[in-house]
Amino acid sequence: MTDHALMQQILAFRGKPENQSPHGNFLGLEIIDIDRGKGVVRIPYRAELAGNATTGVLHGGVITTVLDAACGISVICALEQRATIATLDLRIDYLKPATPGQPVTAAGHCYKVTRNICFVRALAYHLDPEDPIANCAATFMITSPQTGEARAERVSS
Amino acid sequence: MSIVELIRLAKANNDFGVLSAGIPYMKTLNIEVHEADGILTVELQADRIHTGNPWLPALHGGVIGGLLETAAIVQLAHDQDTDNLPKPINVTVDYLRSGRIATTWARAQVTKQGRRVANVQASCWQEDPDKPIASLFGHFLLG
Repeated sequence: MTDHALMQQILAFRGKPENQSPHGNFLGLEIIDIDRGKGVVRIPYRAELAGNATTGVLHGGVITTVLDAACGISVICALEQRATIATLDLRIDYLKPATPGQPVTAAGHCYKVTRNICFVRALAYHLDPEDPIANCAATFMITSPQTGEARAERVSS
Repeated sequence: MSIVELIRLAKANNDFGVLSAGIPYMKTLNIEVHEADGILTVELQADRIHTGNPWLPALHGGVIGGLLETAAIVQLAHDQDTDNLPKPINVTVDYLRSGRIATTWARAQVTKQGRRVANVQASCWQEDPDKPIASLFGHFLLG
């Protein structure tokens, strides 16, 4: 399958609310763009999701969710076949508070796929990736057998 | 009431349940705080809006991270002398087991509290505290 056809297939499936995570739907999470090994997602600002009512700055949990989603979709877009994946760990540096009222975008890049594990980085920002809110490094495990192996072999051959 | 006033009130009455009034995320996700002997436990009520993978179903990694971070923040608000909320600098979340859509608890311990920065560890579980579903360590800028 060509990259374009695979991306269209992933987008057609993941773009439907019933195939999104219920928590993603609850936050109004949207897939903005995907490419081979890459995914961009966005959530709108909601005052009910603030971590501090006085400042209105979004809670870290919201930033965690949007980064986890961007990383997860990047992994799906890096794998050759449909696979189930699970987050192993997620490290987040909070670089500056999110500006109240503005949506948050997260762009993920799965830069390495091995037999069992996928390595990902992601950046959360408002409009300009050069002025990020948070940086993330994550690893995911491929929980369905063989998928990553097939992919890793294809890459190495 | 501002968050500073809420923290003062919580300390005066030793009732940290009031903090959720100043942390909208806690109300929206249905997270409560309970205190016993100076240790705070946060409790996430089961709700399908917390679902990540709908086919298992399992708790979303972001919700688990948010719950752990909330445990760290309220414990620091309790322990620190100042009356503002601490801010996360960085956090690492390890996902140990798949979380079911069920009541989930988290508790944090301040490993080291400096003048400006605190190092915190937190753990999150469902029926058995000895079988955590996730853990966190991180640095927080004190309020």
